[in-house]
Amino acid sequence: MSADGTRVQDIPTELLTLNIGPAHPATHGTLRIQVQLDGETIVNSGCEIGYLHRGFEKQAENCQYQLVIPYTERLNYMGPVHNSNAWCHAVEQLLDVKVPARAQALRVITSEMGRIIDHCVCIGTNLVDIGALTNFWYMYNYREKIYDLYEELCGARMMVNYPRIGGVSMDAPDGWLEKLLKVIDEMGEAVGEVQSLVARNRIFMDRTIGVGAIPKEMALSHGVTGPCLRAAGVALDLRKAQPYWGYDKYQFDAPIAHGGDTYDRTIVRFQEMQESVRIIKQAVAAIPDGPVMVEDHLVAMPSKDRVYNTMEGLINHFKLVMHGIKPPVGELYSATEGGNGEVGFYIVSDGTPVAWRVRMRPPCFANYSVFPKIITGAMIADAVAALGSINIIAGELDR
Amino acid sequence: MTQDEIVARIQSHFGARVLGTYSFRGQAAVTIAPEAIRDVLTFLRNTPELAFDMLMDVGGVDYLGYPDEDDREWRFEVAYQVYSVAKNHRVRLKVAVRDETVKVPSVWDLFGIANWMEREVYDMFGITFSGHPNLRRIMCHDEFVGHALRKDYPINRRQKLSQPSENLLCEKPEYA
Repeated sequence: MSADGTRVQDIPTELLTLNIGPAHPATHGTLRIQVQLDGETIVNSGCEIGYLHRGFEKQAENCQYQLVIPYTERLNYMGPVHNSNAWCHAVEQLLDVKVPARAQALRVITSEMGRIIDHCVCIGTNLVDIGALTNFWYMYNYREKIYDLYEELCGARMMVNYPRIGGVSMDAPDGWLEKLLKVIDEMGEAVGEVQSLVARNRIFMDRTIGVGAIPKEMALSHGVTGPCLRAAGVALDLRKAQPYWGYDKYQFDAPIAHGGDTYDRTIVRFQEMQESVRIIKQAVAAIPDGPVMVEDHLVAMPSKDRVYNTMEGLINHFKLVMHGIKPPVGELYSATEGGNGEVGFYIVSDGTPVAWRVRMRPPCFANYSVFPKIITGAMIADAVAALGSINIIAGELDR
Repeated sequence: MTQDEIVARIQSHFGARVLGTYSFRGQAAVTIAPEAIRDVLTFLRNTPELAFDMLMDVGGVDYLGYPDEDDREWRFEVAYQVYSVAKNHRVRLKVAVRDETVKVPSVWDLFGIANWMEREVYDMFGITFSGHPNLRRIMCHDEFVGHALRKDYPINRRQKLSQPSENLLCEKPEYA
């Protein structure tokens, strides 16, 4: 307040238009946000997306179903395995193929590992944006260990291309599950430690409580799903509501909060990581023996032994590679719970090995659509904090 | 409620305004004319037994060159996937769009997500939505010519773009 009693907020200033991004350290991807500022307060804002638009849907309409699997992992590249699992799940529903129990458990395990590293990156980078670097190293350290596990499982670290339509490409190697349990145990502890560093931290709380709040009604209207919706107080988790891959067999909670602000989103993510640890432990303990691929020669590749030693196996291999998998004519929407919310695939099949139309419902797209609304009236620094906690993955947003 | 029951419910309420129904692997859909979309979505949202409170997805489909093309009266469809958190059920609405001259009423004021989703359908298929406050391209650039997901747009076509978009702001923040 100045000597004549006018407050700083009351002094009219010229409105300033400012671009944040598309290349800006706080966007963690190619997003562009244009804000109109009165002093430091945002009075109007607009978003431009599409900088990473690679035409996933067009590409998926021009190649066989099984060739789409690697592309799906380039959508949400922070927890890539879930997307490819979800794609295979959608095509299996179209084919009406039942995946063997062991493959389902492996999908649950790899998807939950993906969820953990997705949240690691989200929380870690969000905390860096608001000035806490230590947590980032903790989180990335464990993300690295999960990558090592992926590498041991299937040879790739990030874009693993692990699942196949009808199951998964290979079984876990000997001793892998035990190694996983050890890492997951440490992971649970590390997550607890990082949470204890920030959860009651005065600076963190001041920066995040009440910042970038998404009210429940707005969240529902904008189709916000995943941790952002649960932080707003809606207990919607598709793993519980519409279980798939045997999620109904596992005991876990869908953590919720009620404020819907940046703080709640972060805490919900912390709790979700602990729940994922719980799920992985149960899945490993209860993993059944048996095949990891469905026994259907119209869907599953024959074993290399059969391909090299029998004429039928060779023909089978040739037919599947050259002519692909042919689902019946029909259309289907398959929804699963990814790291950021509902990952949906809407497939229209014309009976050929190439889908007529593939539509991917990206959770980030819906989550991000509230962003211009929640930052209006806030300050630039709050917008940065809110952006990080919504966890926008540009690859998934733009496809 | 199963999806077939929901579709039967919509059919009994809207009668002849439902152009067709579809059922496959436990999922069901109704096809309606563009004029009916706001009424049907309002009905789905406000009927207590249905309580569809979330619009999950809006996506276009181009049927140009589809095997049944000769019998098909419309080229495009816009598919709305709706979900009810309280009832945990889903259904799909498909709006039949004869060609790009047909305008589909926008539902952005019923479900906020429709704002961006309709912009994407417009961008990718060239289907226009009447009453939309900010119907601009969302993925492709302003200078882009054509609509990328139409079946007559070749997958390998490239376009040169010269200028960044200047202004992203709308008159009101809720339009953005």
